[in-house]
Amino acid sequence: MKQKNLFMAVVALLILAFAGGAFFYKKQQAEQAAQNAANNMAALVRADAQSFGNPNAPVHIVEFFDPACGTCREFYPLVKAMMTAHPDKIRLTMRYAPFHPGSEAVVKVLEASRKQDKFETTLEALFAGQDKWVINHTSHVEMTGPILESTGMDMARLQNDANAPAVAAMIVRDLADAKTMNVTMTPEYFVNGKPLPQFGFEELKKLVDDELANTQ
Amino acid sequence: MKTTAPTLIFTAWLVATVAALGALFMSEVMGLAPCVLCWWQRIFMFPLVMILALGLFPFDAKVTRYALPLAVIGLGVAGFHVLLTMGIIPEALAPCRQGIPCKTIQIEWFGFVTIPLLSLFAFLTITGLLLAATRSASK
Repeated sequence: MKQKNLFMAVVALLILAFAGGAFFYKKQQAEQAAQNAANNMAALVRADAQSFGNPNAPVHIVEFFDPACGTCREFYPLVKAMMTAHPDKIRLTMRYAPFHPGSEAVVKVLEASRKQDKFETTLEALFAGQDKWVINHTSHVEMTGPILESTGMDMARLQNDANAPAVAAMIVRDLADAKTMNVTMTPEYFVNGKPLPQFGFEELKKLVDDELANTQ
Repeated sequence: MKTTAPTLIFTAWLVATVAALGALFMSEVMGLAPCVLCWWQRIFMFPLVMILALGLFPFDAKVTRYALPLAVIGLGVAGFHVLLTMGIIPEALAPCRQGIPCKTIQIEWFGFVTIPLLSLFAFLTITGLLLAATRSASK
């Protein structure tokens, strides 16, 4: 019996050590991330990146995303709903982080769609039809044809714009910025330059609400 | 010397549990992705935590019979992995061509302690303790 108690005590101690270690590690990481983000504001806010909402909004969300990422698709309407709930208070900037194999080609097309004022339509169509062109975590740009055609864009022009060197350069820059900001997974959000302490919609909402409260 | 066998098995359980929790900490908390060989070592380390604990309460000296094969095979994989990180076995022989190459050293403490070395040390200790427990129980 005495041995069993000792055993249970050791089990409890080990679990406690694990949880405590995890807590402190995460806390330290979050502090480091916040510090890193504060030091690298230039890499976070780029004037030529696609932006939604009031450009002078007090709360600025920067999102690093991949159109092939399922969680990005899930979060997109949630963030949009937050913006609708606080009109003119939130600005959303979309930064490219094409981490999935093959995603760069899709991002090029998405960036090109801005020339025809169809970024939002294209992004929403790509998210809605994600299962058709993302197979086994790999993006297949050649399968996005029907989705892109449904947006009513000039396809020849789109193709031409997507191949522009400036578009490729922008993706390279966004990926470099993602690296600077320690973005390793998508979506990643920064609210007025602050990273999420831990990934999750609740954490994002809290950060946005805190910033909204600060500006009122 | 009937009392030492449970103590030896308990110690082996403790080593396995610390190793298993350490592996989970590195993958789940620190976000280090395990390579293929790490997965093989996990496959032989994780069950030891359960099997040895069940062998302790109520105490069953035969538990070494079930635990030793796991420890010995794990020891082999860990040894292979250490030789690989040291460059003694060329990478081409390793069964990991996709994802994280097993040759990549993700953590290096004090200049020589790598994750595979910790694993090798844990499997070696467990094997030694279980062998000692077998001997002490048969006396």
